[in-house]
Amino acid sequence: MKPFATLLDRLVLTPSRNGKLTLLVDYFRTTPDPDRGYGLAALAGVLDLKSVKPAMLRELVMERMDEVLFRYSYDYVGDLAETISLVWDGGAKDVADHAPQPRLSEVVKRMNSLGRTEVRGAVRDLLDRLDTSGRFAFLKLATGSLRIGVSARLAKQALADMSGKDIIEIETLWHGLTPPYESLFAWLEGRADKPVLATPAIFHSVMLANPVEDGDLEKLDPADYAAEWKWDGIRVQMSSHGGTKKLYSRSGDDITGAFPDVVEAINFDGVIDGELLVGGTKRTNAPTRTFSDLQQRLNRKTVTGKMMDDYPAFVRAYDLLFQGEVDIRADGFLTRRDRLSEVIDRAPHDRFDLSDLVPFTDWMELDRLRIDPPDPVIEGVMIKRKDSPYQAGRLKGPWFKWKRDPYNIDAVMLYAQRGHGKRSSYYSDFTFGVWTTTEEGEQLVPVGKAYFGFTDAELEVLDKFVRDNTIDRFGPVRAVKATPDFGFVLEVAFEGIARSTRHKSGVAMRFPRISRLRQDKLPRDADRLETLVAMIETREAKT
Amino acid sequence: MKPEALLHPTPAGLFCPIGNFHVDPVRPVERALITHGHSDHARSGHGHVLATRQTLDIMAIRYGEDFAGSEQVAAWGEEIVVNGVKVMFRPAGHVLGSAQILIEKDGMRIVVSGDYKRGIDPTCDPFEPIACDVFITEATFGLPVFHHPDPKVEMEKLFTSLKQFPERSHLVGAYALGKAQRVIRLIRDNGYSDPIYIHGALARLCDYYQGQGIELGDIRPATIEKSKPTEFAGAIVVGPPSAFQDRWARRFNEPLIAFASGWMMVRQRAKQGGVELPLVVSDHCDWPELLSTITEIAPQQVWVTHGREEALVRWCELQGIPARPLHLVGYEDEGD
Repeated sequence: MKPFATLLDRLVLTPSRNGKLTLLVDYFRTTPDPDRGYGLAALAGVLDLKSVKPAMLRELVMERMDEVLFRYSYDYVGDLAETISLVWDGGAKDVADHAPQPRLSEVVKRMNSLGRTEVRGAVRDLLDRLDTSGRFAFLKLATGSLRIGVSARLAKQALADMSGKDIIEIETLWHGLTPPYESLFAWLEGRADKPVLATPAIFHSVMLANPVEDGDLEKLDPADYAAEWKWDGIRVQMSSHGGTKKLYSRSGDDITGAFPDVVEAINFDGVIDGELLVGGTKRTNAPTRTFSDLQQRLNRKTVTGKMMDDYPAFVRAYDLLFQGEVDIRADGFLTRRDRLSEVIDRAPHDRFDLSDLVPFTDWMELDRLRIDPPDPVIEGVMIKRKDSPYQAGRLKGPWFKWKRDPYNIDAVMLYAQRGHGKRSSYYSDFTFGVWTTTEEGEQLVPVGKAYFGFTDAELEVLDKFVRDNTIDRFGPVRAVKATPDFGFVLEVAFEGIARSTRHKSGVAMRFPRISRLRQDKLPRDADRLETLVAMIETREAKT
Repeated sequence: MKPEALLHPTPAGLFCPIGNFHVDPVRPVERALITHGHSDHARSGHGHVLATRQTLDIMAIRYGEDFAGSEQVAAWGEEIVVNGVKVMFRPAGHVLGSAQILIEKDGMRIVVSGDYKRGIDPTCDPFEPIACDVFITEATFGLPVFHHPDPKVEMEKLFTSLKQFPERSHLVGAYALGKAQRVIRLIRDNGYSDPIYIHGALARLCDYYQGQGIELGDIRPATIEKSKPTEFAGAIVVGPPSAFQDRWARRFNEPLIAFASGWMMVRQRAKQGGVELPLVVSDHCDWPELLSTITEIAPQQVWVTHGREEALVRWCELQGIPARPLHLVGYEDEGD
């Protein structure tokens, strides 16, 4: 575990791509099989490790530690895995520092061989035998939240760098191989021939779009581009070859098992890029359903018949990468689309349809369509160069995504709370409110809470305002001055809004964040609760 | 006698009304006893200062010779009577010259430990436990998350990184008094004999440490104006962390920022500061050291000054030791 834990510690703090590559290459060169293969799988996000629930980890800590002291610690550190890695053993010195530690491969094999009742004891034992960094790495792996700024692509680039092989060759092999990748490393090090793939229906890296930013479109001729609706589902790739049919997420996760309704309906050979949605296809005349309906089907290994009846899935096709065995990715977008259209025509009508093109003559017209799309499940438009080849990755230029603007209101800061982790010395969680008329007159009613969206410099301003204008304290929370003529107005952006019985105001925002500080405004200029209710009503009228 | 009658917190700092003196006052007072030379504890402008020779020297280096009206040296273990109150200075193991101060009157013994640590540090005298009724402790790292590893093992990370990135200048952030000299000494103890380059802010204190018999080896200024970036390729440069954020750091080749501090135990703290290579080297007690010190001294009461006092007070409560936070203001609870 030590080499992998050390690698993680360094990667987390190394901002430059080249620096990360140096560390990765060094790790792959100096770490023996099979550990490095499991490390590679973990970095690429494909390591299969028996998961451990955070609740169980807390219980394990509490066996040895005072709850209040744990809470203080967690509040300070802000990350559960890191907190536990640091406080484990109730504060005793690290005895494990010099003892031999279990290897990554041992940890993986042991965890995956456990019965359900054996997990608790095994985790306790591993935490005892690992040092602080090792515990952190293990807990991050076991809770499935390894966020260290390394993409699968970067890990593969490191493999290419260490061996001099082409990354495309590595990527093509990738989805046909499984951890610990001993045959891959043997080939990379020139000790063996290139591995032969067992599964032909492999994943091909997808092409991604960049968001439209100010001034991007002015430079482009609308006649060179086609537009499509951007549907609010999940991007998938269907791969079918000689009877092997697979459904992959856009990052290459195999989700075939969760969508047998879609996969069994595949009646073509080739590779199709599309959006996975729930509801009816255009050709069945039933409506496309919302993302929250689709969520019922996500993150499952298997699915029941009732689930498939209640939430039928289908794919809205965007693109064709392979027609049969022929790679057509070098053809232009419209050419590929014509071929895709033929394939979809012959495919089952209830499981597949073709994404419509959105006709437009200039960017202004497309902007109007984007802001007011004909279906509530549309979240914007995609803009694709008509002659663009299908190229893996996020290139700037050929494809853009232009999302609907989020909702916006001006609200008044009411309460502030200290943040966690790196923000523990700042008041960085803000509860904000809008005006409403009550029996006691005009009052501010809290409508939500946001803790990001602002820059570090803006946080300094917000934090100072809180410290200078506190009128009351409730534990870690401070109430700040907010009258019609004095207070802090925040522009809050959010993705959606719904009625709520849990909140006093009766509304709940989805994904609120502070988009701008409005020191130019007085609290009396802030929005009213009626404005928010009207947003809900407009939305409800559409669905 | 109640301990509060002998020593109690005031806005200027801890005050002894019988002896009419303050300990580490944060504003100018008539008579001050100073534990060590860090600028939040040792301020200029007092009427009379009682401190160790080294602390007085450090204050003179930082503030000029006229930093106080008059000064008096406290030798280790010497009993000094101040207006009928007995005081005694004993080593605290924090930085060169750092002391704990025992304050005694009519059998009531209070120890103000200042900042202290228990780990081995060749650049200062080690902490000596003193039996007392009230032990006043800091709590800079007063949370169970803080475990300072062996500094030698931490320094090995620096040498590994020098091998991995031989073209990059390794900038090691360390506070000018104490930490910088300790880090340089740790690097030397690891067998590294190449020149170590230092920021100008460290020069006088490094000279002083060397004058006090603490060998730092070949140290050179890193501030030559016409220097070429490649000149420092693969070199170790030590400077105050604040310098790494400004123009000064740009003279180096792809600088790799390291920071030697107890805060580096927490990843987000390292990330926030733009630190690529955290080195957990602290001049304060970690959590286990705080607990073992209190257990060893076994005072009647524990008073907690600055830092994360709530957790330490909680632990004392669980052990049945009366404890309270002093809520002193004006001390840096982030410096290390």
